[in-house]
Amino acid sequence: MKDTDIKRLLYAHLFCIFSIILSVFIPSFFLENFSILETHLTWLCICSGFVTAVNLVLYLVVKPNASSKRSSLSHKVTRLLKCCIYFLMSCFSFHVIFVLYGAPLIELVLETFSFAVLLSTFTTIPCLCLLGPNLKAWLRVFSRNGVTSIWENSLQITTISSFVGAWLGAFPIPLDWERPWQVWPISCTLGATFGYVAGLVISPLWIYWNRKQLTYKNS
Amino acid sequence: MMRLGSGTFAACCVAIEVLGVAVFLRGFFPAPVRSSANTRHQAELPAPEPSAGASSNWTKLPPPLFSKVVIVLIDALRDDFVFGSKGVKFMPYTTYLVEKGASHSFVAEAKPPTVTMPRIKVFSLVRVTLTYVVLYLRTVVKKKALMTGSLPGFVDVIRNLNSPALLEDNVIRKAKAAGKRIIFYGDETWIKLFPKHFVEFDGTTSFFVSDYTEVDNNVTRHLDKVLRRSDWDMLILHYLGLDHIGHISGPNSPLIGHKLSEMDSILMKIHTSLLAKERETVLPSLLVLCGDHGMSEMGSHGASSTEELNTALIFISSAFERKPGDIRHPKHVQQIDVAATLAIGLGLPIPRDSVGSLIFPIVERKPMREQLRFLHLNTVQLSKLLKENVPLYEKDPGFEQFKMSERLHGNWIKLYLEENNSEVLFNLGTKVLRQYLDALKMLSLSLSTQMAQYDIYSMMVGTVVVLEVLALLLLSIPQALHRKAELEVPLSSPVFSLLFYLMFLVLSALHVIVCTSAESSCYFCGLSWLAAGGVMVLISALLCAIVSVLTKMFFSGNLSNKTPSHPNSKWSELDHLILLGTVGHVLSLGASSFVEEEHQTWYFLVNTLCLALSQETYRNYFLGDNSEPQHHFPMEQGLDGAASALKTRTGGDGTERDNGHGSPFLSEVLEGHEKWMVLASPWLILACCRLLRSLNQTGVQWAHRPDLGHWLTSSDHKAELSALAALSLLVIFMLVQRGCSPMSKAALALGLLGVYCFRAAIGSVLFPWQQDNKDISKGIIEARFVYVFVLGILFTGTKDLLKSQVIAADFKIKTVGLWEIYSGLVLLAALLFRPHNLPVLAFSLLIQTVMTKFIWKPLRHDAAEITIMHYWFGQAFFYFQGNSNNIATVDISAGFVGLDTYMEIPAMFLTAFGTYAGPVLWASHLVHFLSSETSSGSALSHACFCYALICSIPVSTYIILVTSLRYHLFIWSVFSPKLLYEGMHLLITAAICVFFTAMDQTRLTET
Repeated sequence: MKDTDIKRLLYAHLFCIFSIILSVFIPSFFLENFSILETHLTWLCICSGFVTAVNLVLYLVVKPNASSKRSSLSHKVTRLLKCCIYFLMSCFSFHVIFVLYGAPLIELVLETFSFAVLLSTFTTIPCLCLLGPNLKAWLRVFSRNGVTSIWENSLQITTISSFVGAWLGAFPIPLDWERPWQVWPISCTLGATFGYVAGLVISPLWIYWNRKQLTYKNS
Repeated sequence: MMRLGSGTFAACCVAIEVLGVAVFLRGFFPAPVRSSANTRHQAELPAPEPSAGASSNWTKLPPPLFSKVVIVLIDALRDDFVFGSKGVKFMPYTTYLVEKGASHSFVAEAKPPTVTMPRIKVFSLVRVTLTYVVLYLRTVVKKKALMTGSLPGFVDVIRNLNSPALLEDNVIRKAKAAGKRIIFYGDETWIKLFPKHFVEFDGTTSFFVSDYTEVDNNVTRHLDKVLRRSDWDMLILHYLGLDHIGHISGPNSPLIGHKLSEMDSILMKIHTSLLAKERETVLPSLLVLCGDHGMSEMGSHGASSTEELNTALIFISSAFERKPGDIRHPKHVQQIDVAATLAIGLGLPIPRDSVGSLIFPIVERKPMREQLRFLHLNTVQLSKLLKENVPLYEKDPGFEQFKMSERLHGNWIKLYLEENNSEVLFNLGTKVLRQYLDALKMLSLSLSTQMAQYDIYSMMVGTVVVLEVLALLLLSIPQALHRKAELEVPLSSPVFSLLFYLMFLVLSALHVIVCTSAESSCYFCGLSWLAAGGVMVLISALLCAIVSVLTKMFFSGNLSNKTPSHPNSKWSELDHLILLGTVGHVLSLGASSFVEEEHQTWYFLVNTLCLALSQETYRNYFLGDNSEPQHHFPMEQGLDGAASALKTRTGGDGTERDNGHGSPFLSEVLEGHEKWMVLASPWLILACCRLLRSLNQTGVQWAHRPDLGHWLTSSDHKAELSALAALSLLVIFMLVQRGCSPMSKAALALGLLGVYCFRAAIGSVLFPWQQDNKDISKGIIEARFVYVFVLGILFTGTKDLLKSQVIAADFKIKTVGLWEIYSGLVLLAALLFRPHNLPVLAFSLLIQTVMTKFIWKPLRHDAAEITIMHYWFGQAFFYFQGNSNNIATVDISAGFVGLDTYMEIPAMFLTAFGTYAGPVLWASHLVHFLSSETSSGSALSHACFCYALICSIPVSTYIILVTSLRYHLFIWSVFSPKLLYEGMHLLITAAICVFFTAMDQTRLTET
């Protein structure tokens, strides 16, 4: 593992953070009355779109796990389809989990689902980009000691921090401050976003800090 | 030295803790103060006019001053909305009245109840005055549902088990008793608080904060009709719109101006129509414009900033006509004064518990004799209150002043009756008047200050005991969770005995000093010397124990540092979650909203627990590898060090947590469908919890949401309810009968049938063959039939347990006995639960079965983890039942099942069991599970210790929190009920721990 790797990781992450910041400011030039809280759904869609786009671009440019063998077009297409299916499945399963956590079943379905999409964007899409539709690899990365590169390590950290952010985001909901951001699912989406950003910031730093201790099986 | 099992130790600790909490509660809630109960119903005779020598002929209440009273209550009417620039701009008519018209205007300060009079308010939330009621409704209940028609005051509910409405003395009640016809339009909580008090009413719901036009139009649309009529004496209008606007957009929003203009026009309409009506009557009418609380700059209310406390108060009546040039600036008065003033104005007796004083300008135009009479009535009422609440009332300056003015008043009456020189009479009268006003002020003040005091000394003593116990429990974790599960209790080492005697002497001296110098009454000083000495002995003994444990830890810590700690012990995610959840829950108790919505915390934690369990099952199933972590992160090192100390000890309880988490060969151990069940079970449990969550909406904020429980209990869905109840009973039977002996199986079946018959008899469910039940009985026979079976099953269980003690080594009998006790409790809970709650019971049994079979057994959690999971689920089920941290949700009907009349002790017991059925059932399941699962080892005593610990942490923290928050605005509405719940929970925990220990003892005798 070299310092250049970490640098690349850092730049990639800064790019992601930049895209999230852009998703806050750019739409207000095109859309009237755009604000995160009031037109939350729009922002959710835009943010998910931006983050997805950035991840795809990064995937194409950086190619962290550049596989040596060239694969056929049909193979690529099936891979892409598989990825889409995985993404949709993760959206639906997140939706189910939110409902199990107490989100309203019938009202606010669209809000809940867009939150699920956002969380999938933060967690599933990087996984798909990095690991491909390969459940075995996912399980390996998210088991206690199956990480094989700094990219996977950072993936682990950002994913977990997005989850933790969304989890913590639910805390202010019962408070009686009667603020607009306490409405479901705004605090959770904001929490997830902050968690994701925090993960993006922390993971390169953390890896840099622990670069001596970190040894990977086949790096 | 004495060796003690950790279970016994924990049980003793909890018992002592109960004592500490009891002392604390006694200090926190002073004994209820109220006049003897019989005066509640019969009207008290008004105090006669004092007179020296000659008897006065005026013994009746003075007549009313006003014929009609209209109260326009505008929610969140801050003082500057009327008297400030906004008022000038948007409320021209009102401003005219304030500046030039026949009116008196004031700035009424809505003091937080805690500051003025907690002691009076101790046992009831809503009390004393009209304005208080309003203040409370709007700030405390905060725009949320006020329960199902019952008052939120707490011990009152327990004392008067069958009278749900507002019992406190108040103006509305007095007016109703005097035959006044009251009409009310506005916030519907009034109607719930004063059922049958209004001859005509229309309640508006205040749930939808976003609506600020409809709520007010609903009130205004009645106005024209009502103002034309004259068949009423009192009209109360409660406008919510302004408050809603404040909540939406704050006090500077343009909407405020529109609303104020609307209110101004309404005021003008009422005033002109009252003036037109006045010609027909002798007495003038009174129009009161007031707010219940202010509005902060953020638009909310509830704290104690000036903006939130100052409200506008205007009395408008032709009786207050003024000469030109008479400029009246709004003076500051207390909001609680309104009640006394209204009572005088309407010719009613002043509410007994009111601490307000008459707003004098209202009566200043009256003849001197009447003025004096009013003031006298008010001072008599206040001094009576003082007498009831303060032991040394005679030395109170206010009381002395009152006595003096009363004497002088008598002299004045004598002079008056003798018809003396009018100038002398006037001068003397003014003097008496001034004296009375002084007396009123002083009485009011001393009542407020006297009542604002908590019994800090008793609270301190209780807190010290509780904290010492907690410290002892925490310090003995390593020892108690050791393989042997035994503790060494040092009894007589010379140093410690010296320390003990010293401590005892110091504490006794402190006690004497505190008690001799105490001014107010103190419960702990009132105890006999023997009892107080006993508590002192306890405190010093506990302290010595803590010191000895600490020194021992210090020495052994030096030793163990040299020996390498176990490398294999590591905290799993589950352990982190448990620790985090416990800490988070405890911290959340400091916020009133989290206390109100505690169920959300528990649901959230339980859900997260299930997800963590599912992650664990997946990991165990898909990745059997359990190799050593190859990169050990230094960050986690610190935590691990502490964790490993705990883990190495917990680990050795027979289940041998050989390799971190569960067996690595889980996928091989289980075959076929069972494997899938293991994987699916957390999701099944999650789904069950989600269903249960929508069964009963509790808490405050979302309590009004429609839920399945309401749908089921509505009379249209009786058939569905019956089917569901029958199904649940069937499921309960299927799940419980597995472990029972044939005898108790039959008893259980009959008992559950009896439960259905009981519910059918009282008319909540239907038999398929009966279409509509006409004869509804109290179901006494059916319920007693079930009780017989409950007692029978419990008896069989106890017999089996005893037998297992005699015939050692018969392990099976004991398990069966425990299961029978458990099933007896289930049957009792099935009887006490309302039919729509029977699914809660069924699901609880289902979850227990699933967890036992597919999670705890295959994953081999240790006793501590299993105990804490049981505790969490128990807490969640407490709320699934529909309970909340508000006393009003206690299902009191459970106390009447099978009883003809109200019998205190059985009713108390049944209500307590019905309320805490969730935690109790989970705890008894825990006992059965542990004693059946681990044939050897000390799992039970570990479990007992963990249970005691996990229950004492919130209680002890909460006691400190409540002490520091004792001047919080919501102390009586939110924090105190929770404190009572915590106390009760601790008592139940103590009972559970004793049961644990008893089971553990039988194990000891066995081996």
